Order: sequence, then structure tokens, then C-alpha cells
Amino acid sequence: MPENQNFNPEDGLQMSKVRAGKVSKYKIDHYVAPLEETPLQAVDSVKETGKPLSMWAEAWRSLRKQPLFIISAIMILAVIVVAAFPQLFTSIDPNGQNACQLEYSNEPGRPGHIMGFNLQGCDVYARVIYGTRASLLVGVFTTLIVVILGGALGALAGFYGGWIDAILARLGDIFFALPLILGAIIVMQLPAFRENRSVWTVIVTLAIFGWPQLARITRGAVIEARDADYVKASRALGLSKFKSLVKHVLPNSLAPIIVVATVNLGVYIVAEATLSFLGVGLPGEVMSWGNDISLAQQQLRSNPMMLMWPALFLSVTVLSFIMLGDAVRDALDPKARKGA
Amino acid sequence: MTETATPKPLLEIKDLAITFSTPDGPVHAVRDANFTVMPGETVAIVGESGSGKSTSALAAIGLLAGNGSVSGGQILFDGEDISHASEKRFVELRGNHIGMVPQDPMSNLNPVWKIGFQVKETLKANGLAGDNPKQRVSQILADAGLPNPEARANQYPHEFSGGMRQRALIAIGLACRPRLLIADEPTSALDVTVQQQILDHLDTMTSELGTAVLLITHDLGLAAERAEKVVVMYKGRVVEYGPALDILRNPQHPYTKRLISSAPSLSAQRGDKHEAIVDEIVPGKAEPLLKISNLTKVFDIRKGFGRKEKFTAVDNASFEIPKGTTTAVVGESGSGKSTIAQMVLNLLDKTSGEITFDGEQIGNLNEKKLFKYRRRVQPIFQDPYGSLDPMYSIYRTIEEPLRIHGIGNSASRQKKVAELLDQVSMPASTMHRFPNELSGGQRQRIAIARALALQPEMIVCDEAVSALDVLVQAQVLELLDELQREMGLTYLFITHDLAVVRQIADNVCVMERGKIVEQGTADQIFAAPKSQYTRNLLGAIPGASLI
Repeated sequence: MPENQNFNPEDGLQMSKVRAGKVSKYKIDHYVAPLEETPLQAVDSVKETGKPLSMWAEAWRSLRKQPLFIISAIMILAVIVVAAFPQLFTSIDPNGQNACQLEYSNEPGRPGHIMGFNLQGCDVYARVIYGTRASLLVGVFTTLIVVILGGALGALAGFYGGWIDAILARLGDIFFALPLILGAIIVMQLPAFRENRSVWTVIVTLAIFGWPQLARITRGAVIEARDADYVKASRALGLSKFKSLVKHVLPNSLAPIIVVATVNLGVYIVAEATLSFLGVGLPGEVMSWGNDISLAQQQLRSNPMMLMWPALFLSVTVLSFIMLGDAVRDALDPKARKGA
Repeated sequence: MTETATPKPLLEIKDLAITFSTPDGPVHAVRDANFTVMPGETVAIVGESGSGKSTSALAAIGLLAGNGSVSGGQILFDGEDISHASEKRFVELRGNHIGMVPQDPMSNLNPVWKIGFQVKETLKANGLAGDNPKQRVSQILADAGLPNPEARANQYPHEFSGGMRQRALIAIGLACRPRLLIADEPTSALDVTVQQQILDHLDTMTSELGTAVLLITHDLGLAAERAEKVVVMYKGRVVEYGPALDILRNPQHPYTKRLISSAPSLSAQRGDKHEAIVDEIVPGKAEPLLKISNLTKVFDIRKGFGRKEKFTAVDNASFEIPKGTTTAVVGESGSGKSTIAQMVLNLLDKTSGEITFDGEQIGNLNEKKLFKYRRRVQPIFQDPYGSLDPMYSIYRTIEEPLRIHGIGNSASRQKKVAELLDQVSMPASTMHRFPNELSGGQRQRIAIARALALQPEMIVCDEAVSALDVLVQAQVLELLDELQREMGLTYLFITHDLAVVRQIADNVCVMERGKIVEQGTADQIFAAPKSQYTRNLLGAIPGASLI
């Protein structure tokens, strides 16, 4: 230790001395690793091998390895096929002339009619298969409207802030405060809705009470993304405020929206069933799981299986959507994203 | 050097190997690492991020992440092998024998508990609270250099500044008089002057208590100044260790040499290669490209119930940037330097004053003129992870400005993007990749390519290299320098790091609390600083006095 021969370790306490560096009272070897062990690499070299992956591609890669995703996706696909082509799964058309024959009323299952018959003598299996369409329609379209309406309002509120945010947030709070089912019952009782009962009135009613939740989620995601440097950079490149919302902020806010929308799709199917069960949802002539459960309730004691079947289909479908939402959430979790 | 008997080392790392199991297979974070810490000695581990420096230290305190484990070698603490010690044994060791000062003072204090309570908790956990814990707590906080400790103990973390929090964390780490203190980048989140105070304080306390310190840092200058022994790690291996000053003055391993030549605090001022341009700029002769006069920005801070308080972020700032030169605006956090950058970029409205670019006032430009102005002035931001849209491929990112300004067709744009990538020394194949596949330095180069796409005249670098490792930082600074020479770019360079300024700037403005306290050429500022504030800043650059 050349020029510090007179350095006394005790002086290390004085700050002025510290700035001159320290010398140990112990002998310290100077070790140098042989260069062959750790050859120097170029500073910050670029990886040129491997396929480039976008965030979505990466999410897909992790998704398709998840059993939760595979199972739920297969089940949802099956439900969609059933809804689109019910005639593939049953030869009986429950809307047909001779679909229901009172002589079979409440009879148990037998070959050709595995789930038995209901009070009216209709085949339960055929009804459950044909009922899929109404339930799925309500779920999908309600979700679509909610995502578009809630997403747009939430994005505007989050991005522009100020009075737009204040007004939209209060408006959302008002709807938020009303319980979904209670609010829907009241709306469905309004003359305009009561007289035109159809799948669409149910969709509109559920959407009215569903959008605030999505607006909140979107608003939060947009607020998080809007202050990012890449948004500032795009503004400095000359992009207008609105365009930077559409091109940069919204795509980066999509992940939580997709997750919530998928989970909610299941929730809306349940809500439709609940409303139909209560007699204010779909009109009686529309076949749906909710209506069937409602009808079956009257013979719960004598023929409990009649309630079981539509309820089972309903729960499995809803479960698949919720599972899918969970799997997508795991794949899109920003914390799990590489490098972020 | 009077002691001849070799005492037993306090911590001895022998052939240590640490492996993390990841979905893509095992990752060997540390291999064949050997070094020792003697009682009362300060040892610094230096290396870039990913070199395994933090991992080695965390293994010594049993705090490896869940998927990591010691896969070989030994960690001997006072002769006892703790490489596979039980959690129970580590709990006994932590606090009492091995203390820890974490990196980020902002997130390492629990915001819902008072400072005093958190110190008391540590004491209690180690059975050292005694009969009068309250008094003990204020004693510890007083030792930590916090004035009025009784009152301070009753405050919450958010009422403390970053430096005060780090003092409190050091107090907690040292509360139980451990024999070894592990300090993981204890000051990298702090301003240099605060960093100096904190490290001085740490030095004093540990030498009083005779505590050995294992200091983890990326800054070789700081390591050489604060430690007796320096261990240099690279790619999970120890490539060199030895007496601090010896390593600094006589590095042997090429990696260490590379580190020393890149460290801004240790390197010389802006090279001769640049003088040609500097000489052409004689004050008064060249027309300034950007002229800022009496610029002021006042923010309204809401205080609840409609009450507002005025906060002057930039106070009457004036300076000029001659064409083709670099002007650095330096200051600590909160000095208003970034606010100036935002106003120059027209992302923030000014309160009063004038910003003149190439003879035209900005601030009241109409849409069309503003759009044109945007083309001439481009930003590069600090956070390499935030400045690129994660959804955009590199090609789309660099092409975006061309598209916005309607330049060329898709074929010519593709060619241009490849050219720009070449200019920032990235292979053209990068254009199909996404930001998450690139390192911080590479992302920053992409950000530079995007800024260059419109062939701007001025680039505003807002802390553009602050988040990068020294080697990568040096590389990006060199790139910026090269581009300036080739294209005659003008830089407004915002930074908190005076050491970086010396490498890149021709002119310097030093800001303190919204005011410009000193301005001049870089040589003037570094050779003969006029204000006390500048002198403090310069004095706080670690390691500068050692070479």
C-alpha cells in the first residue's frame, strides 16, 4: 500500500480522511481471475436468436400450457357449438309440433330421452340444449355492450380527468349503488320493457347496471398508462391527445378489461337466469336455463332431477368463463411480464 | 500494518455457487465466488446489474428469492457454515449478528407505523429493548444523526425525506450492534450530496461499533472511496479482488479496466475529439438555437377545501444553447430541471417568461406550427422501461414518428428504420422484436433512434442515462456524442449526475430549488466553481479525489 504507509486506521473516523480512501490493517491479496474463466463479452450485446415475441404472443405461449385454460377453453367451445347448432345434439325439436306430450308428464329418463320429461311432457335434454343459445346470447351481448360503453366512458374519464372525470365518476357511482338484480327487476317492470320482453330487453337492462364496473376498471388502467413516458414521447412526436389515447393508452389498458369482461360474462348468464327465475327476465316462450329452473322449482319435491339438469349446465358454463378469466389474468399479469 | 497475526475472517465465502430454478431451466447466478470479510473491515462488491453481487450478499443473510438456492460451496460466518442453515438459525443471526440496510428507502419502511415503533420492533425481536425501550429508541435515532429524536420517533415515514429514511434504516440495521452490516446499494436512490452525508455517517457509526460492512454498489468510485477491499464481480464470478486503492490505480482484469475507464466519476473531462466543435462556438458569435429568458413555472398545489398553495418550480431561469453544442442542466431532485425540459418540449405550459427556438417564440404556437416544432425538437426520457410502448414492435416504434408526419411510403419507411437502427448500432433484425426482449441500454438506443427519425435539430435528454449501468451509460453517451458530431445536433441534457456532465457537456447550468445558481462552460464549472452549492455537488462525486 504505497503512499499510505503512515495511515493510522484510527484516523478513519475523521471524515476528511475517509474521502482519501481507506487502507485495511489486514493484508489483502490482490487476486485476478484468469481471463479464460470469464471471457469478456461485448457490452450489452443484442440477442439475435429466437423468435421475437410480442406481449400477446408471450401471454399466449404461457396460456396454452395452463391446464386451467385448456379445460375452460374446450368447455366454452363446446357451449358455443351447442348454442350455434343445437340440432346436432338432439333429434328432438322442443319447438316442434309434437315436442311435448302430456302423457309423458314428469316421467323419468329412458333411452332416447335420457333426462326424462317435465310437467308438460317435454324432453328435458332437448330443452336444456336449445336453452343454451338464449343464455349465451345474453352473456356475450351484455358483455360487448358493457365493454364498449363502460370502456369508452372509463377511458375518457381516466384520460382527461377534471370535470369529465367528476361527472362520469358520480354517474357511475349512482348506478353502482343499485344492486344489479334489484335494479334490473325495477327496470324490467317499466312499461316499455314489460311490454316488449325479449332477449334484447334483458341485455339492455343488464348492460345499464353493468357498465359502471367496467368503467371503473378502465379508468384505473388508463390513469396508470397515461403518465407513462411512451405517451409523453408520442405527444412530443406530434400525436394529438385523443390519438395517443387510442393508439397507446388504450391498448396498454386492455389486459384488466379483458380479464374482468371474461369473468363478468359468466356473471351476466347467472343474472339472466335469476331474472328469468323471478319471472321478469326472458318471456316464458323463450327457452332458457333460467326459465327451465323456474318451471322446475314447482316440482322440486316430486321431480328434483328436472331442476338439476339446467342448473348443472348453467354452473358448468359459468365456471368455465370464470376459470378462463383467471387463466387470462395469470397470463397477462403485468408483474409476471418479463422485464417490466 | 502492525498486526502480523492473521485473525479469523468474519465472513468467508468459499467456492460459492447459487442457482435459480426458472421455467427455462436452472440459471447459475453465482459461480465459484471466493472472498472474505475481516472483522471491522469494509468490503465493497462491485459489478453491473445481473453480475450476482446482490445475490451473493443476500445468500449470506438467508434472503434468497424462493427459487434460488446455494448449490455449492460454503458461506462461513465466524467459522460456522450457514450456506444451508435453517430458517430458525437465520432468524437468530439476523439483526443480532448480521444487519441489513436495503436499497430503496422509499419502500422499506412500513408506511402505516411510526418510525419509533419500527425501531422498537427490531429491538424487541432481538431481545434488546431493555427496561426503557422509548429512551433506547430515541438514543438510536439520535445516533443516526436525526435531530430532535423524540419528536422524530413519533412521525410516520412519509414525513421523512429520502435521506432521513435511509438514516432511519441504517439506525434500524445497526440497532442491535451486529458484527456485519450488509448495505445493498444504500444510496443509489439518493442525491449525491445526501449520498455523501449518509455514507460518512455510516462510516462513522460502523467504525465506532467495529462493525464490518459488506457494501454492494455499481459505482467503482464509491467503492474505492468507502471500502478497504473491493471485490469485482462479472457474470456471476469474482474476477478480481484486492485493496481498494490498488484495484482503482492498478486494475488487472480487463473487466475491471473497462469499468474504471467507463465510470463517469473517474474519467477525464470531455475528450479532445470534441474540441473542434467547441472552438467554433464563441459566445455572442453563434446564434443560439434555444434561448430561455426569465422562464418561470408556478404550480398550484391543492391543500383541500379549495385552498391552493403556490409552488414555484422554476424561478426566473435564463440561458442559451448555441447550435451544435450540449448544455447540461444539473441539480438535485426537486430543483426544477425536468420542469424546464417539459416546458421546452411544450408538454407543460409556462407561467411566464420566454422560450425562443431558432428565433421563434414557442408557447403560443398554433396547432400547425406546433406540429412543425415537434419535428425539430425531440425528447429522450429517463426510464428505459417506460419510454417505449410495450405493445409496439421496435419497427412500429421507430416508424411511428414518420407515419405521424406522413413521411415516405411503407417501403421507404422500412429502409429508414433499418438505417436508424444502424445509426444507433443495433442490428436491423431488432426491428421485429418487442421492448420486453431488450435490455435497458438497448431500449434507450431505440428511444434515440425514434427521436432521430424526424431529423430533429435539438434533442432534450431528460436523465436519459441515469438508469443505466456504467458501461452501458458510457456506450450511450458515446453514441450521443458521435451523433452530435455527425449530424450537428444540439442537446439539452438534464441530469442530477455532475460526473456525467463532464463527459458530455460544453456548457453547464446548475440549478438549486428552481433557480439557476451558476452557469458557464463545463471547464469553468469544474475547474473553478463559484457558488458553494456547485462546490458541494462537485465534492460529493465519489472517488473523484482518488485518481
